[in-house]
Amino acid sequence: MLLADHTVQTVILGAVLLGVVSGVLGCFAVLRQQSLMGDVLSHAALPGICLGFLVAGTRDYGSLMAGAFLAGAAAAGCVTVLARMGRLKMDAALGIVLGVFFAAGIVLLTRIQAGAGSGQAGLSAFLFGQAAAVLRSDLWVMAGVAAVALTLIAAFWKEFKLVTFDPAFARAEGLPVLVLEGALTVMIALAIVVGLQMVGVVLMTAMVIAPAAAARQWVDRLGPMIWLSAAFGTVAGVTGALISAQARGLATGPLIVLVASAITLGSILLAPGRGVVWQGLAARRAARGLHTQQVLVTMFRLAQGHGDPAFRSAEGLVDAYHGAPSARTMDQLRDRGLVRQTTQAPDPARHWELTDAGRTAAREELDRRDA
Amino acid sequence: MLEALAASIPAQIIATGALVGVAAATLGLFLVLRGAAMLTHAISHSIVLGIVLTWLVTGQTSGPLLVIGAALGGLLSVVLTDMLARTGLVRMDAAIGLVFPALFAAGVLLIGIYGRQVHIDQHAVLLGEIGFVWLDTVQVAGQPLPRALVSVGVLAAINGAFVALFWKELKLATFDPALARALGFAPGALGLALLALTSATSVASFDAVGAVLFIAFVIVPPAAALLLTDRLGRALALAIGIALASAGLGYPLAVWWDASIGGAMAVMTGVFLLAAGIAGPRYGLVAALLRRRTQAWDADCRSLAAHLYNHESGPEAAEENTLRALTAHLGWTEAQVRRVILQSLDRGFVVRHGDLLHLTPKGRAVAEEIFAPWRRGQAA
Repeated sequence: MLLADHTVQTVILGAVLLGVVSGVLGCFAVLRQQSLMGDVLSHAALPGICLGFLVAGTRDYGSLMAGAFLAGAAAAGCVTVLARMGRLKMDAALGIVLGVFFAAGIVLLTRIQAGAGSGQAGLSAFLFGQAAAVLRSDLWVMAGVAAVALTLIAAFWKEFKLVTFDPAFARAEGLPVLVLEGALTVMIALAIVVGLQMVGVVLMTAMVIAPAAAARQWVDRLGPMIWLSAAFGTVAGVTGALISAQARGLATGPLIVLVASAITLGSILLAPGRGVVWQGLAARRAARGLHTQQVLVTMFRLAQGHGDPAFRSAEGLVDAYHGAPSARTMDQLRDRGLVRQTTQAPDPARHWELTDAGRTAAREELDRRDA
Repeated sequence: MLEALAASIPAQIIATGALVGVAAATLGLFLVLRGAAMLTHAISHSIVLGIVLTWLVTGQTSGPLLVIGAALGGLLSVVLTDMLARTGLVRMDAAIGLVFPALFAAGVLLIGIYGRQVHIDQHAVLLGEIGFVWLDTVQVAGQPLPRALVSVGVLAAINGAFVALFWKELKLATFDPALARALGFAPGALGLALLALTSATSVASFDAVGAVLFIAFVIVPPAAALLLTDRLGRALALAIGIALASAGLGYPLAVWWDASIGGAMAVMTGVFLLAAGIAGPRYGLVAALLRRRTQAWDADCRSLAAHLYNHESGPEAAEENTLRALTAHLGWTEAQVRRVILQSLDRGFVVRHGDLLHLTPKGRAVAEEIFAPWRRGQAA
C-alpha cells in the first residue's frame, strides 16, 4: 500500500505542514495587500540558505532554515527602508530587493557548488523543491516553526485581525501597529521557510497567495477563511507531492502550485454568489428582468395614452419602442400570466394586451420607480 | 572592432551583459515610474511557458517564431492578470501573484517532461548561461558573434529607438496619464507597447540571464538613477551608465569568486543602488539625516531668538538673556546651548556682550516672524 511507504508518509506530513502554515499566514498577506511580499521573501530566502550552509559547513536543515528566515527578515527590512525613502514606489522596492537578494543567492550557490563539497548536493533542490528529499528529521524543524507561527496567531488573534482590517483604528486604540505588522510579515517568512524544501524558493509565492485567495471567494469572515485556506493549502500540498513522488523528473514545486492554482481558478469561477459564473448568471437574469419590466411599463403607458385599458399593442410596435426584438420577452410575460396574445384583424402579426395581473405589476413597477 | 570582439570570450560575455543591461534599463526607467516593476517579474517568468508551447506546436528551438511565441507568453500573463483583477474578486497584487506562478509552473513542468528535446534545463531557466553564450554563434559582417549578444543588441537598438521616438509621449503618459488621454495620445496602447517590448527583451536576454535575474537588470539601475536625479533624461543616462558599469565590474568579480557571472552582474546593480541610496544628493539617507539635523538646528535658533525677543525689553533681561538661563529655563543641555549659540552667531541672529545675549536686527526679524507674522514686510 502506498501510504505505508516511509518516504510517502514523510512527504504527506511535510505537505500538510506546508499547506496549513502557508494557508493561514497567506490570509493575512492577501488581505493586507502584501501578496507580493511573499514573492520577495521566498526569493530572498536563497542567500540565507547558502549562508546557513556556509556557516554550518554542512546541509544541516536547522541552519539552512535559520539562514532563510534571517535573510527574509533582512529583505523585509530593506523593502520597508526603500519604500520609506519616499522616492521609489512599493512595487519598485519589492522588485529591487527580490532581484538583488536572489542574485546574491545565485552567486553564493554557484560559489558553493564550485567549491564542490559533497554536502552541497541538496542545495539546488531548494530552487524548485523536491518532496522526496525531505527527511524525517526535517519534519521536526518544519513542525516546530509551524507551531511557533500558529501559536503566535492564536495568541494575538484579536490584535492581528484589527491591524489587518483597520490599521488606523488599531493605532488610535494604542496598539503597537508597527510591531504587529512587522510580526505578520516576519511570520510569512516563517511560512516560506516551512515550504522551501517542498516547493522551492521560486514558486513558494503561489502557496502564500493561492489558497488564501481561493478561500476568500467562499467566505466573508476571517476565522472561516483561515480554516478553509489551510484546508486548500493542505489539499494542494498533498496532491502535488503525491503526484510528484510517482515519477522521477516531475519537480514537486510546479505540481503543488498547479493544483493550488486550479483550486483558486475553480473558486474564482464557481464560488456561490461571488464567482465569475454566478456574477454572469445574475447579470443576465437582471438584464432579462429589467427588460420584461420595461416592456410591461411600455404596454401600460400605451394603453393609458390611448385611453383604453385593453389596448392591443402590435409586437412590432413594442420592438420599435425598445430598439430590440421582444418576442421572447412576450412569451415569458405570457407564461407568467401578465399578458394575453390576441390579433387585430386584418393584421396577421401577434398583438398583446395586458391582463389584470399585468396591469397591477406595471403599476407596482411605476410606484417602485417613483419611490 | 568586431574582430577584437570575436576573438575575446570575456569581451563577448561582458558585452552581452552590458547590452542586456542597456536594453532592460531603457524600458525599466518607465516601468519603475509607472509602478509596473513586478509585472516585469511576471513577464520574464511567463515567457518560459511561451517557449515550451511554441516548441510543442512548431518544433523550433530558436528563430523568430520562437521569439514571437515566447514574447506572447509574456504578454499572456499581463492580459490574464488584468482580466483577473478586473473581476474585482482579487486585488491587483494577488492577481499578479496568482497568474505568473501558475504559468511558470506549467512551463517548468513541461520542461521537466520534454527538457531533453528542448535543450533547456530547469536551472538554465532561472539563471541563464551568460558564461556559455560564446558556444552558440552567428556570422555578423563575416565575424562569428554569440547569438545572444546579437539578439540583445538588436533589442537594445529597438528599445532605444522606441524611447527616442516616443520620448515626449512616454513622459506624458507616465506622469499625467489623464492629460495624455485627453490629448489623444492613447496611453493604454503605449503602455502595452512598453510591456510588449519588455517581453521581447526578456526573451532575447533569456539565454544570458534567465527568468529570475532579469528583473534586477530592468528595475535596479533605473531605480538607482532615480535616487540620484529628478530629470528624466539624466536618469536614463545614469541608468545606462550603471548598467554598463555593473556588467563591467560583475564579470571580474564572478571570475575572481568562481561564481555565476549573471548573478554577479545583478549583484553589482544592487551595489550601485545601495551607494545611491546612502549617498544620493537629495533622497539618500545621509542627505536626509543632514537635512533633518539642519532643520533641528534651525528650530533651536528660532527658539533662542523668540526667547531673547520676549525678554529683551523687560527688566528681567539681565537675568533671562544669559547663557545660564538657557540651561535653567529652556531645559537645554550645556552642549546644546553651546551649539545653538554657535549656530545663531553664524546665522547672524545674536551678538554676545559678556554674559548677555542681544538680538541683531536680523534675529529680531526672525522672532517677529513668529510672534507677529501679520507684520511681515512692515518696518519694525
